[in-house]
Amino acid sequence: MNKKKAFVTQDNIVKVTGNLLLIIFLLLIIIPVIYILLCSIMDPATRSSVGVSFDIKHWTLEGYRRVFEDANTWRGFRNSFVYSVSFTVISVGVTLLAAYPMSRNDFMGRKFFNVIFVLTMFFGGGLMPTYLLMDQLNLINTVWAVLLPGALNVWNLILARSYYRSIPTELREAAEMDGTSELQYFFKVLIPVCTPIIAVLCLYQFVAQWNSYFDAMIYLDDQKLQPLQLVIRAILVQNQINPNLVANMEKIAETAKLADLLKYSTIVISSIPLLLMYPFFSKYFEKGIMAGSVKG
Amino acid sequence: MQTKKISKSRHPSEKNYFQRFGVYFIKNWQLYIIFLLPALALTIIFKYLPMFGVIIAFEEYSPVKGYFGSDWIGLYNFKRFFSSTEFARLLLNTLKLSGFNLIWSFFPPIVLALLLNRVRHKGMRKNAQLIVYLPYFISTIVLAGMVRLFFSPVGPINALMGSSVDYMTEPSWFRTLYIGSGIWQSAGWASIIYSATLAGVSQELIEAARIDGATILQQIKNVELPALKPVIVIQFILSAGNIMSIGFEKVYAMQTDLNKVTSDIIPTYVYRMGLEMGDYGYSTAVGLFNTVINLILLVAVNMIVKKLNEGEGL
Repeated sequence: MNKKKAFVTQDNIVKVTGNLLLIIFLLLIIIPVIYILLCSIMDPATRSSVGVSFDIKHWTLEGYRRVFEDANTWRGFRNSFVYSVSFTVISVGVTLLAAYPMSRNDFMGRKFFNVIFVLTMFFGGGLMPTYLLMDQLNLINTVWAVLLPGALNVWNLILARSYYRSIPTELREAAEMDGTSELQYFFKVLIPVCTPIIAVLCLYQFVAQWNSYFDAMIYLDDQKLQPLQLVIRAILVQNQINPNLVANMEKIAETAKLADLLKYSTIVISSIPLLLMYPFFSKYFEKGIMAGSVKG
Repeated sequence: MQTKKISKSRHPSEKNYFQRFGVYFIKNWQLYIIFLLPALALTIIFKYLPMFGVIIAFEEYSPVKGYFGSDWIGLYNFKRFFSSTEFARLLLNTLKLSGFNLIWSFFPPIVLALLLNRVRHKGMRKNAQLIVYLPYFISTIVLAGMVRLFFSPVGPINALMGSSVDYMTEPSWFRTLYIGSGIWQSAGWASIIYSATLAGVSQELIEAARIDGATILQQIKNVELPALKPVIVIQFILSAGNIMSIGFEKVYAMQTDLNKVTSDIIPTYVYRMGLEMGDYGYSTAVGLFNTVINLILLVAVNMIVKKLNEGEGL
């Protein structure tokens, strides 16, 4: 009796500590997010004197108005959207196609091609050789420089291949008996049953392209081609606020306060597209991740 | 046995590999040309051609003379890097940043998965998961911007502590901020793989252990951790093997002129020497050194884990 009681107490301590830890972790994520949202609508003068407040009287949409009035923001949005959609289409398309022969045990040369693909996960030419190659191919300052080099992600190829392998082979045998060609089988039978993995790959690639800045930074000098991440990098990281954004501010101190407001609004605005996609794709997260762990 | 083999290969229907491949290729050309070729072309052009470009690490490369016309200088670029005053600092910074990052970031996702797995209410668990996955979708630039805002001298952290430390210019804070923000952003997402594995552990097993009088800690030790072990091993090899390929993007976004003492790592040096200074051959040599070390680490870690894990590596 005594022993049992002791067990219960220890369990209770573990339970309480565990739940507390979890709650702390959740709060650590939620609080900064709410803080940013609040700061993006906070009157700069109030924020620097009394801090954030939930009082609607101290709120302002000035930050959003100025960021949205800036032509750079819109151009960045448009470029990022075009790059992310094209990149997703190219990347996922190429990956889904290549994963099909690689998933078939009877495919001759499968092991050889597998080595070719997997080697690139461990060894690469590095920054300068890649840059010089892009230069020689005349791809610098073209959208292809950000669309093509990363289009084939070997990890995604493995994910798709594992997913195909989890599809019962009877499907293909039946299709073969009906005399359907490989292409027909692929598009009419295989792809329709692979929605979860396709959704996950699309999400990965869209997010990867939307969030990346390095390739654009080194390959796209032309301001007209710059994606959103480079536009906001100037504001958030390099602290270069476009003079038009802070115009009409007479005092330097006010300019500095406004600059922070603009930073908070920029953070919110640039994250909106992903937040919109998030609930739509969230149901596929686990399925997609688990597909990769199916032993090949 | 041997005579049988020879006679078999002489049989007219038995052709050698290339002939068989030819027949197979003609019959299944679609698999190669339509399905595989696009991916193969991308890989060869954008991954393998740059590998040949590594040759400039051994040259006094000049763009005018090209890959084959530039003067061959052997290992000079490597010697120059090893004897430079920056070598020790860069190598240490790289190893420390990723080493500490590995140690600190590896376990939170496992703990998080165990905690989430114990949330009995299904709806509550789903909501908690949606919250912890969310930061993963924030971009590197936004994350760096958040860190810069939160830890600025007039930012909320200083306001809370009643201090005015300029964390971003303080070299001693760089690693903490880098690793801390990394855990904040990725621990949730990294926990998915463990959560999914735990979801596969039958609840009856845990229930049975509970009825047998096992405490929660005993259940975790005897049921949940053994189920997670193979995944933990794979994840560890993957992260340990990537120690030298720590992401350039985030370090570069969090780097300031004043915190370079700790934030300057080999990848940022490669970038600076190559694209900013135009020292192509030297930059390539430093990058190649980094890749080779990474490869050695990967093989070594895989071997060690194999030994510890009774022959099961990656």
